[in-house]
Amino acid sequence: MSTHSPFGVNRLFAAGARATYRTHLATYGDLAPGSSRAELIPELERSGLIGRGGAGFPAAQKFGSVPRSGMSSLWRSSAIVIANGAEGEPRSLKDERLLRDAPHLVIDGLLAAAAVVHAGTMYLYTTAQSLPSVRRAISERDDARAIRVVEAPDTFISGEASAVVNAISNGVALPTDKTVRLTTSGLKQRPTLVQNVETLAHVALVARYGSAWFREVGSNRDPGTRLVTVSGAVPADRVLEVPGDTPVRDILRACGATDDDIAAVLVGGYHGAWLSGNDLSVGLSPAALASHGAHLGAGILYALAADQCGLRASAEIVRYLANESAQQCGPCMFGLPEMARLLERIASGDPDRRLARELASVSESVVGRGSCHHPNGTTRLVLSALDAFSPDVQAHLTGRCVRRAGR
Amino acid sequence: MSEAMWAFGRISGIVALVLLTGSVVLGIWTRSGRPLPGLPRFSIQLIHRNIALLASIFLVLHVGSLMLDSYAKLSVADVVVPFLGAYKPFWQGLGTVAFDLLLAIVITSLFRKRLGVRLFKAIHWLTYAMWPIALVHSIGNGTNGTSGWFLAIATVCTVAVAGVLIWRVSSRFLESATARNAVH
Amino acid sequence: MAGTPNRYTLHIDWTKCDGRGLCTELIPDLLARDKWGYPIAKTGDPAARSNVAVPGSRLAAAGDAVDLCPLLALKLIAPTDAR
Ligand code: SF4
Ligand code: SF4
Repeated sequence: MSTHSPFGVNRLFAAGARATYRTHLATYGDLAPGSSRAELIPELERSGLIGRGGAGFPAAQKFGSVPRSGMSSLWRSSAIVIANGAEGEPRSLKDERLLRDAPHLVIDGLLAAAAVVHAGTMYLYTTAQSLPSVRRAISERDDARAIRVVEAPDTFISGEASAVVNAISNGVALPTDKTVRLTTSGLKQRPTLVQNVETLAHVALVARYGSAWFREVGSNRDPGTRLVTVSGAVPADRVLEVPGDTPVRDILRACGATDDDIAAVLVGGYHGAWLSGNDLSVGLSPAALASHGAHLGAGILYALAADQCGLRASAEIVRYLANESAQQCGPCMFGLPEMARLLERIASGDPDRRLARELASVSESVVGRGSCHHPNGTTRLVLSALDAFSPDVQAHLTGRCVRRAGR
Repeated sequence: MSEAMWAFGRISGIVALVLLTGSVVLGIWTRSGRPLPGLPRFSIQLIHRNIALLASIFLVLHVGSLMLDSYAKLSVADVVVPFLGAYKPFWQGLGTVAFDLLLAIVITSLFRKRLGVRLFKAIHWLTYAMWPIALVHSIGNGTNGTSGWFLAIATVCTVAVAGVLIWRVSSRFLESATARNAVH
Repeated sequence: MAGTPNRYTLHIDWTKCDGRGLCTELIPDLLARDKWGYPIAKTGDPAARSNVAVPGSRLAAAGDAVDLCPLLALKLIAPTDAR
């Protein structure tokens, strides 16, 4: 084990703010040269690293699904790796922060990933804000010159894996219809591995210090650290690095919020689910959240203040999501605006008792009926709002909003 | 013999026009997503296709018989390149244009799986040019073009196509228009 | 992704489908229509409704739907083990 290995929870930002290549190397040491597929994939598997982009897919499994390009298939074109830093979620800041302060860790991870799957081409796809720091970091080192940087538009959907491929090949950041995995046939029909930038940063650390080190923090079911973005009813929006499975309440407290300030927390971003104030002891890990019908998404926590109306907040989000629909798929194009309208009517105190049931049924009808998970994510949010704020739904039926009237 | 060719050439042209009209009307109908009484949507689609193919066959007969006919003496060039003909070159040229357009439409329809829906659709839109050109050709070029019975047929065809077209551009054209308009 | 062992699936490309409803007439036992006209799978996991399982007895009808969809929005995907 290297003497450089950072201890404690401060792993990704151990080299400080806006780390140069020099401070990066001084902090983490050299990247083990040319980690092979045979070594790194099993190491990643032992590490238990889960992808940090939102889908919560084990990193090793995704790497492993890129077909091996052995001697027998020399005629076959080589794989492509894309580092995905298009943080479409308006309440997520972690990828931007990572690319600003620790761009070299992401580049290391991208290089390691490319070596593992024998990729001939590397891309780094990110929003305009992150381009300067990424370009500067690439110019500081010789081994990163082959990385092509592509700007991601500032839309909610631009980071969806097929939209990423579409953006790079056609300049259109919209999802496409898929009948095969991208790791089988993606950009230019070549096997394409799209990995979130935070996932790649962790890969860079596992490649250096190994899986045992990685598992020193976090829990068995969610080892390592995670970046979370906390916003809403907290003194200031913050990006934090926390051990996997940290209770939601602890994270909020670390940001200066107390239980009394908070009515509920939206976990996982706009495609996520509301946790009511009583459920805040749940750990921030895919497995723990699943038992609450939630998912971690890109590690977003949005705290709803105790005097804020959760129905109104949800209605605003659903309207935003309906407007962000790429308008390609009928059920998404027509279903989401209808969901937004119904939720707005409930939030504004419409006494029609059938609205909630109608909203639930329209929401359930759009699930699985789009080229991307946008309808599914929006439905998750709507159903969780109806569930977490069911007392509010009842109160609104009588034309009263308990949140403001009650205080 | 030649008389027969001449008569057949004219009649097959008129039949092709009527069939094309039927196919255009059903094609627009199909686009609305609505069934007809006793005809489910997929049947309308099939009839649209088959009538169009039948019309194409009659069109080939129309052109073929006039190539064999000793008065008309269409050459191969006349069939492909418009406005070369010796007899009424303008009106005959319109027929050639319509024929070429139909050829493109039919071929892209038959190979639409290979060509992709975009090209197929783009070419299919040319029908809106092809049909009126064919109609004008039949009136201007036809021996019976201005006789009463033919004008009656032409009028019925025009009213049919114009009728569905007006409906086509109305906001209630789609079967699901009410539900969709409620959202957007 | 779309392929499943032992079974054909009918894949709906939502970016192409305009809800014309021909497919729902041909395989009404597999597909219903929502109020905007778009097909909605009657069976299977709701989250996987872009890929509709087709029983052997309905393969021909599903093939007709693929053939007649005016927008080429449907595709029959062979079982993964039959390739
Ligand atoms: S499901 Fe919605 S957001 Fe996703 S590709 Fe289709 S229209 Fe676009
Ligand atoms: S026939 Fe094609 S366009 Fe019509 S509803 Fe079915 S899939 Fe959609």
